[in-house]
Amino acid sequence: MQTFDLEAQGLRQLNATLHAQADDTNQTAWEVVNPRGSHAIAVGLDAPIEVNVKGSTGYYCGGMNKQATINVHGSVGPGVAENMMSGMVVIEGDASQYAGATGHGGTLVIKGNASSRCGISMKGIDIIVHGNIGHMSAFMAQSGNLVVCGDAGEALGDSLYEAKLFVRGSVKSLGADCIEKEMRPEHTEILRDLLERGGCDAKPEEFKRYGSARQLYNFNIDNAY
Amino acid sequence: MKDDNSHGAPRTVPIQSATFTNPINAEIRRAAATGIYDIRGGGAKRKLPHFDDLLFLGASISRYPLEGYREKCETSVTLGTRFASKPIKLDIPVTIAGMSFGALSGPAKEALGRGATLAGTSTTTGDGGMTEEERGHSNKLVYQYLPSRYGMNPDDLRRCDAIEVVVGQGAKPGGGGMLLGQKISDRVAEMRNLPKGIDQRSACRHPDWTGPDDLEIKILELREITGWEKPIYIKVGGARPYFDTTLAVKAGADVVVLDGMQGGTAATQDVFIENVGQPILACIREAVRALEDMGMHREVQLIVSGGIRTGADVAKCMAMGADAVAIGTAALIALGDNDPKWEAEYNALGTTAGAYDDWHEGQDPAGITTQNPELMARFDPIEGGRRLNNYLKVMTLEAQTIARACGKNHLHNLEPEDLCALTLEAAAMAKIPLAGTDWYPGKPGTSY
Repeated sequence: MQTFDLEAQGLRQLNATLHAQADDTNQTAWEVVNPRGSHAIAVGLDAPIEVNVKGSTGYYCGGMNKQATINVHGSVGPGVAENMMSGMVVIEGDASQYAGATGHGGTLVIKGNASSRCGISMKGIDIIVHGNIGHMSAFMAQSGNLVVCGDAGEALGDSLYEAKLFVRGSVKSLGADCIEKEMRPEHTEILRDLLERGGCDAKPEEFKRYGSARQLYNFNIDNAY
Repeated sequence: MKDDNSHGAPRTVPIQSATFTNPINAEIRRAAATGIYDIRGGGAKRKLPHFDDLLFLGASISRYPLEGYREKCETSVTLGTRFASKPIKLDIPVTIAGMSFGALSGPAKEALGRGATLAGTSTTTGDGGMTEEERGHSNKLVYQYLPSRYGMNPDDLRRCDAIEVVVGQGAKPGGGGMLLGQKISDRVAEMRNLPKGIDQRSACRHPDWTGPDDLEIKILELREITGWEKPIYIKVGGARPYFDTTLAVKAGADVVVLDGMQGGTAATQDVFIENVGQPILACIREAVRALEDMGMHREVQLIVSGGIRTGADVAKCMAMGADAVAIGTAALIALGDNDPKWEAEYNALGTTAGAYDDWHEGQDPAGITTQNPELMARFDPIEGGRRLNNYLKVMTLEAQTIARACGKNHLHNLEPEDLCALTLEAAAMAKIPLAGTDWYPGKPGTSY
């Protein structure tokens, strides 16, 4: 286990050190102490390493992650794991706005609650939230899965494309073109796997599925000529 | 006349309304028939105060000219000197603006890269990500970081030469974009993670930051991911150039890109293009003033765009304080867009060469703004690159000619004092004295 004191050694040194880890590095386990809400911790990683952040972080923790597993033993600011490509990011506490925004792949697990716009423009990432999510979540979500074990706020899935949304609790309101959809066996299987990966104590049968009505996919033109 | 006196009394001749003109009436009828606003490509077509309304004074007794062909007149520019450890050095100050793969074909993007590289300048990606054709043929490639984040990935961030955070563009400040389903080929759909054939919206604002304080942190993240090597540009539409430039610098930009309303777009509502934003002429001096007020002029470089066509336009931008310019529409025309040789086909589409702007429909006879394989095959990227290089070379020679005539041995040495304005409007917007006077409207110390 390599320990990095962020307060003493600084952000640039942290990310440069983590970026220097190659695919075959022996230094696969890292612990970051004294994060003190710093922004851009462990961003742009591209190696199969595990990073444990001991405390809460600011914006964009784990941004654009590839391959790495990042565990945050605290809460995170806006944009955690934004544009993640692969790997896994696990948050023990709560997440602020835009969690998993535009993520292309990998898995983001939030064990607390997530604020507004969780999964905005997601493009293939799987996001699993143990608690509740805020308003306008999954706005323009393109693909991937969003699992919410608690409740969802207003305008869930507004202007949704092909992402699948699973919510166990209540949904305050659905956004434009987002509708409740039948939970077929294949969806139950997808959800069962996601719940297992996310360490959730919940059953797929307790969830409802939401998706796009696909009514906004093309301009509706009344061209009679 | 018979009509005037058909019943024995004089009659009023028919008068067309200056308000309800034939084009306006035709648009009302089109709207009534289709139920949708007009979407088109390009920038503002209305007549605007522009660089044509400025003139260079040239040398006289108080200014000593340089020999037109023999004496050195430098054109190079270095972009990204504020924070980036690897700033970009360009041979000429004319760059290629961001245009997306999707809006343009792969071969067209390749041609832009080829031409820019031959000319010693940079080209820029666009919405939809980076293609191999473009990276492979572009010596200097700027990677746009857009609200949609279509195709955005850290590998391409690391292999670009600069990053351009797009906040807005001149054709549609405050607006997003739309790539209609007919241009969504398998390849475009895959790069954007969306199903084939559906209209793809490009959001009007970024998904994970709001405001300049957030932007500063976003830039920190981008720099950390790329090891503080890449220059970071911030592109804004010509809306509030003084404040937008100030805030971009405050947020940590190495370079500010300022795009006036004549700047093109792949597809936006016509009403938006023609009615939102300011002409580039009104924006440049305000952006420069912002940089000067912060002591950042030349430390943060300014690239301006929106209707730049000739070396004279380039020289005028430089004289007003820009470090470089960007061209988009002009580059497409150099490649062959709107060429009269396709007139019969333009006519078949209900338009004419020079007016064709339905780039979003994917039926471009020139094979540039399309994903149709048959049309794309008409376009030769090697020939396109040659043509673009020639055009860039001519623009540079023209700008040098003017600079030498003004006694300047570098394009950056051109200054506002080298210019005069032909109209009151241009004088007021550009803060350049009206020809024959030492005054412009709003000049400090005057009461007008």
